[in-house]
Amino acid sequence: MKAPAISTLGLRTLELVGHLGRVALFLSHIGRVAVKKPYRLRRLVNEVFDSGVLSLAIVCLAGATVGAVLGLQGYNTLTRFGAAGSLGAVVGLSLVRELGPVLTALLVTGRAGSAMAAEIASMVTTGQIDGLRMMSIDPVDFVVAPKALAMLFVLPMLSALFIVFGFFGGYIVGVELLGLDGGTYLSSLENSIEFHDDVAQSLVKSVVFAALVGTIATYRGFHAEPTSAGVSAATTGTVVAASLAVLLFDYVITALWSV
Amino acid sequence: MDGGPADEFRVRFDGVHLRRGDRRVFDGLSCGFTRARITVVLGGSGAGKTTMLRLIGGLSRPESGSVYVAGEDVTRLSERELFRTRARIGMLFQGGALLDSMTIFENVALPLREHTQLSEHEIAAEVNRRLVAVGLPETGNLYPRELSGGMSRRAALARTIVTDPEIVLCDEPFSGLDPINVRRIEALLIDLNRRLGLTMIIASHHLASSLRMADRIVFLVDGRAIAGTPEDLLRSTDQRVLEFLRADSDGPDETSRHVPATASAGRV
Repeated sequence: MKAPAISTLGLRTLELVGHLGRVALFLSHIGRVAVKKPYRLRRLVNEVFDSGVLSLAIVCLAGATVGAVLGLQGYNTLTRFGAAGSLGAVVGLSLVRELGPVLTALLVTGRAGSAMAAEIASMVTTGQIDGLRMMSIDPVDFVVAPKALAMLFVLPMLSALFIVFGFFGGYIVGVELLGLDGGTYLSSLENSIEFHDDVAQSLVKSVVFAALVGTIATYRGFHAEPTSAGVSAATTGTVVAASLAVLLFDYVITALWSV
Repeated sequence: MDGGPADEFRVRFDGVHLRRGDRRVFDGLSCGFTRARITVVLGGSGAGKTTMLRLIGGLSRPESGSVYVAGEDVTRLSERELFRTRARIGMLFQGGALLDSMTIFENVALPLREHTQLSEHEIAAEVNRRLVAVGLPETGNLYPRELSGGMSRRAALARTIVTDPEIVLCDEPFSGLDPINVRRIEALLIDLNRRLGLTMIIASHHLASSLRMADRIVFLVDGRAIAGTPEDLLRSTDQRVLEFLRADSDGPDETSRHVPATASAGRV
C-alpha cells in the first residue's frame, strides 16, 4: 500500500502548488486592475461600508471584552509578584503586538470575509459573473478588486479600534474594579509601547492579514462551483483557510521581527 | 459544408468536440447561423444548447474545433481579445443574470456607462427608451428581486440590446413563463429581428414558440446538429427528431395541435 500513499501525497502536493499559482495570478490580476482606470471609487466606498462599518460594533465589543479579561488575568498574576503596577504594560503590549491584529482579523474573516465569499459565489451561481464577462466588463475589476481593496483599508483601522477599546476594557477592570491607580496604569502603558517594535509590527501584521483575508475570500468566492453547495463550500472554506493563514503568518511576522 | 457561402453564416461551428466528464457533449459538431435570421437551437435537456451559446460567447472553450463569430475564431482569442468580439454580441441568460445589487435602471445603464462616452442625460434617455420598448416603464428604481420572472426577463432583454449588438444569443428565454409572457417575449424578439436585422440564436425546448419564430432550426442530437427550416424538421423522417416531436406533444404543452397553423403564421 506504500506506492498509492506516496502517489496521493504527490498528487496533493501538485494540487497545492497549482492552487498557490492560481492564487498568485489572481492576486496580480487584482493588483493590475486596481492601479488602472477606472478606479471605481464609489464601489470601493460601498464595500468599505459593508465590511467595515458593519463590523464596527462586533470589533469594539470584542476589544473591550478582551481588554477586560487581560486586565483581570494580568492583575491576578502580577499581584503575586507585587508587580500590579505593570498591568498597563501587560494589557498594552499583548493587545498591540498580538491580540489586536490577530483577533480583529479572525473576527473580520468570520463577519466580512465569509460574506464576501458568499456574495461572489452566489453571483457565479446565478450567472451574474458570466453576464459581466458577456458585457465585456472584467468581473475581477468590477466585483472582486473593490472588495479585496476595501479589506486592505478596513482591517488596519478596525484593528486600531480593537486595541483602543481593549485599553479601555483593561482600565475599567484594573482601575475602576480592582482599585489600581489610574495614573500608574496609563503611564505603564504609555512607557512600555514603542513605535518600531510594537506599533509598526501591529500595523504590518494587520495589513498582511487584510491581504490574506481579502485574497482568500474573493478567490474562493470567484472559483466556487456554480451550485448552492458551492456557495457554502466557498464560505466555510474561506473561514477555515483565512483563519489558519492569519495564525501562520502571525508567527512568521513575529519571528522575522525579532531577528 | 452546410450549404451556401461561408459568409452567409454570421456564426459557424466547425468540427467542435467537447467532453463533460465522461460524457461527449459535442462530437464533431458543425453548423452555421444565418445573418439577420432567427435560428432556434432545439434539443433535449443536456443536449448542449446552453453550452453552444457559451462557446459562441467565448465563456467556454472546446477541446478541439473552431467557432467563428463574425469571421473570427473565438476559441483562439484571449479573454481580453474576446472583449472586442463580445461588443458585437448580446447574451440573454436563462436567469436574466441582472446584478442584484443594482436597480433595473443601473443594470440597463451599465454597458453604456462602461463602454460609451455618453453623458448621464443621454444614458437616462436611452435606458428609458429601452425600458419602454420592453414594456417596463416606471420600473427603473426597482431592484431585480422586486420583479416577477417575466418582467426581469424583459429587463434583462433591455440590457442585452441597449448597446445595439448585431448578434443576440438567448438562453431559454421562455422557460418558467406563463403563455402570455411567452408571447410577449416572442413578439419582442421577432420585432428586434425584423426591424434591426439582428442575427438571433435562441436555445429553447419550447417547441411551439420555436416553430412560430424560427427561420431556421438547429436540432442537437448525439453531439451533432441537424439543421433546416421548421418545415424540414416537421417533415423529417429521422427517428430521433420524430421522437423529440412526439415526446413534446405528449407533454403538458398544447404544442402539436397548434403546430401547423402557427408554424406558417410565424414566417410571413
